[in-house]
Amino acid sequence: MNLSRTLGAVALGGLMAVSGAAVAQDEQITIGVSIPTPTHAWASGMNWHAEQAAARIEATYPNIDIVLVTSPDPSAQASALEDLVSVHQIDALVVLPFESEPLTDPVLNVKNSGAFITVVDRGLSQPGIEDVYVAGNNPQLGQASAEYFKTRLGDGDNIVILRGIPTVIDTERFDAFMAEIEGSGINVLDDEHANWNRDDGFEVMQDFLSRFPDIDGVWAQDDDIAIGVVEALRQAGREDEMFVVGGAGMKEIIRGIMDGDELIPIDVLYPPAMIATAMDVTVQKFVSNGPVEGRYILGATVVTQENAANFYFPDSPF
Amino acid sequence: MTVSAHEGEKPKARSRFKLDVRTLGPAAALILLCIVGFALNPAFLSEGNVINLLTRSAFIGIIAIGATFVITAGGIDLSVGSMAAVIAGVMIIAMNSAVESMGTGVPTILLGCGLSLILGIGAGWLNGVMTTRGKIEAFIVTLGTMGIYRSLVTYFANGGTLALDFDIRNTYRPVYYDSFFGLPVPVWVFAVVAIAGWVLLNRTAFGRYCMAIGSNEAVARYSAINVDRVKTMTYVIQGLCVSLATIIYVPRLGSASSTTGVLWELEAIAAVIIGGTILKGGYGRIGGTVIGALILTAIGNILNLTDIISNYLNGAMQGVIIIAAVWLQRGDFSRFRRAKK
Repeated sequence: MNLSRTLGAVALGGLMAVSGAAVAQDEQITIGVSIPTPTHAWASGMNWHAEQAAARIEATYPNIDIVLVTSPDPSAQASALEDLVSVHQIDALVVLPFESEPLTDPVLNVKNSGAFITVVDRGLSQPGIEDVYVAGNNPQLGQASAEYFKTRLGDGDNIVILRGIPTVIDTERFDAFMAEIEGSGINVLDDEHANWNRDDGFEVMQDFLSRFPDIDGVWAQDDDIAIGVVEALRQAGREDEMFVVGGAGMKEIIRGIMDGDELIPIDVLYPPAMIATAMDVTVQKFVSNGPVEGRYILGATVVTQENAANFYFPDSPF
Repeated sequence: MTVSAHEGEKPKARSRFKLDVRTLGPAAALILLCIVGFALNPAFLSEGNVINLLTRSAFIGIIAIGATFVITAGGIDLSVGSMAAVIAGVMIIAMNSAVESMGTGVPTILLGCGLSLILGIGAGWLNGVMTTRGKIEAFIVTLGTMGIYRSLVTYFANGGTLALDFDIRNTYRPVYYDSFFGLPVPVWVFAVVAIAGWVLLNRTAFGRYCMAIGSNEAVARYSAINVDRVKTMTYVIQGLCVSLATIIYVPRLGSASSTTGVLWELEAIAAVIIGGTILKGGYGRIGGTVIGALILTAIGNILNLTDIISNYLNGAMQGVIIIAAVWLQRGDFSRFRRAKK
């Protein structure tokens, strides 16, 4: 597939040389994109957006060839990076590292080959390797969610929190949420890990419902957890007592917000489409005369009924 | 007969006392856990929570009853969690695509359930045949099928989540959420499977063959037991149990993804061992398995009902309680054996 894509690009490049119409530069640019194999819904959304962006970029710039590689684990990703350099001789790399530590050296090696480096979402453990860094904003996700709770609830109201898998991402979101909610008079009854998973969200919420007779709001932090939470509320017949706020931007949740769902009234984005942003910025390095190096921290946009249509991708798996 | 000689214990010949210790161990652990749970939060024994607990334990419980047969006959099945995920995925795809031709009524759901049973039995049979005829260790066969089923569900779902059609879901929903005589449907299914399993293991020749094979396969073979067929049957029973568990799992959230059923195999095996079945085979207890499943579910439930332990230590607490529960029965048992010697 890669071969045919390369051939296609070469053919296009040939055509272009014949016609003499150079889009931006005459030389052929190869951009490698290395991302983890999707193992959960968010990652598969990212995969989908990467494929979409690759097709769009190749159609727009005939002299740019995108090589998209997915890897099932950190060591496979390290090998994939080596292949991108030795086989495809990439001019730029867009990488979403599986884990920061084990991939820092492999990315540094790519950098030493002279390639332009864009790192997405998970930073490397050594600063200064990447030319461009694109990421979502985890603390802001927590903060924006807390701000919404403060608009809906006040002194003496009770909320419960369902957290993700115990990781830095989860801690950053949680700490920022707690910092923002502090002093508002809203009681956080308890928090438990629901591992960004529907089944765990369902069970943890069932237990919160047995434990607390008065809950006014639920911060589920993630849309998968939120779906489990809603089922538990329906089972207990308590869906009219409280509202739920998830996060990430799953299409079913966005759809519900467009339709005016009162149980999940808003969503806070942690968009899988950030890979497309990273790819676009990297392309600009080769086609634009403006500087692109730097850190791009995407806002944790709050999705409401008014703007939901902008974030609804019905064809994406997420 | 000296079938189980190498285990140093004979299923029938020994006194009834030993059996009682084995039964009481897990039950005592469960009662202790209930007392602790109630002391930490009285809501633990509220009607709603007890029903939640029983319903939740049904998935692992039903799968663990199948695992009791496999383990008693000296095998192991690591593929059950992935198998449940892939069966759930295929059920959802099939029911969604049947909407146009069959509507959103009961026939579509029966189609899904029928498919689930066929897939479960088929997958179990495959595991069985590969271990017996293929002469590959059960651990390797089921480790392989575990990976295969897990990637199949990821593939079917395109890495994302498969969701059941909304209208079918409304028809199917009662299978998880409705109650008969005060108990939810999954609890009844669990009870029926447990009773059928108990009868099969303790009151039929098949059950005795399982124990004989688990104790000493060579001796069982010389005793004219069709070892291959009996072992294959244990995997088929396991597959059937997985498909039953899946049938009651799908209406709960109406979705399947690559994270469905992760680590269920270890939970099922843990429930079996907590219940007093021996991992090496030769001795199985259905009643113990039921209690084991309840203990595992109760631990998670109690941890959610209290905040005295840091969230980050939940896994550690589970580990401690599982080891303590097994020690509670094995401790007595080994002291008894030492006294005999």
